[in-house]
Amino acid sequence: MSDPIPWEQRRRAVARNAAGVGVAVGTYGVSFGALSTTSGLSVTQTCALSVLAFTGGSQFALVGVLGAGGSALSGTLTALLLGSRNALYGLRLAPILQVRGVRRVFAAQLVIDETTAMAIGQDDEQASRLAFWATGLAVFSLWNLATLLGAVGATALGDPKKLGLDAAVGAAFLGLLWPRLKGRVAWVTALVAAATALALSPLLAPGVPVLVAGVVAVTLMFRLSGAGEAGGAT
Amino acid sequence: MIWAAVLATSAGCYLLKLAGLSVPERVLASPRVRTAALLLPIALLAALTAVQSFGHGQGLSLDARAAGLGFAVVALLLRAPFLVVVVGAAAVAAGLRALG
Repeated sequence: MSDPIPWEQRRRAVARNAAGVGVAVGTYGVSFGALSTTSGLSVTQTCALSVLAFTGGSQFALVGVLGAGGSALSGTLTALLLGSRNALYGLRLAPILQVRGVRRVFAAQLVIDETTAMAIGQDDEQASRLAFWATGLAVFSLWNLATLLGAVGATALGDPKKLGLDAAVGAAFLGLLWPRLKGRVAWVTALVAAATALALSPLLAPGVPVLVAGVVAVTLMFRLSGAGEAGGAT
Repeated sequence: MIWAAVLATSAGCYLLKLAGLSVPERVLASPRVRTAALLLPIALLAALTAVQSFGHGQGLSLDARAAGLGFAVVALLLRAPFLVVVVGAAAVAAGLRALG
């Protein structure tokens, strides 16, 4: 199991990949900044969310629900449910990172989809730790820079509806969903949730149908799969 | 109210991340929790996609946003980058509205 590739070379490969992921995530950041300000958040609120929450799916969810007329509470709850996966990522990363004290305080903010994928994709723990920190710093810098650009740019553009930016919100959520649609269980969950949310829309306040649909779809999948082993089938 | 939502979301999201790094693994290691963590984002993102594309206040409407979503599906099937998907969907909807 000896590794023929020298560490210096692997180190550079990890750094290069981290920068690549950062640039790719930056394009999401521009979209987030633009959609957030057209949803009614100020540039400051938009940038604060990117620095402090720093988890794209939850950020898109909050501004999407608020923009559609949902309450602050349903927006926040949707964002937190979506962000709960980061706790699972943290569990997975804890034995690899071995961080304590101040380092853990900073490391925690960087626990997101991209850093987890990059860290667990390495062959050994030394490379995993480097991948986590390098990807985290690249994504954090570029995500926040891109958010600012998108937010300032969109406020300069004018009427969001004329520009079709309301259609861009749905497309953005589909873009975030797409890579997760692997396997039958994932597709059924998605279709049940979408149908439930639409069916409940005329009955409940904006924002609430999404929350109920999320819980209903996951509960139904548990029932269908029995012991809750559905995750293994995807 | 927006600031309250921004700060509550930020604090909650950070605490979820910190909890993952801090709690003993057995607390969250059950297969049920893992499955829920896998399926919940899928369910929420699908519901958000549907409501943002077809919802209209407290009702439904089939308008230019649906055409934008259609473009997004085709673009994703063709493996287009995220920005192309989002900007293209906006352009399709804006174009349809401009045509009346």
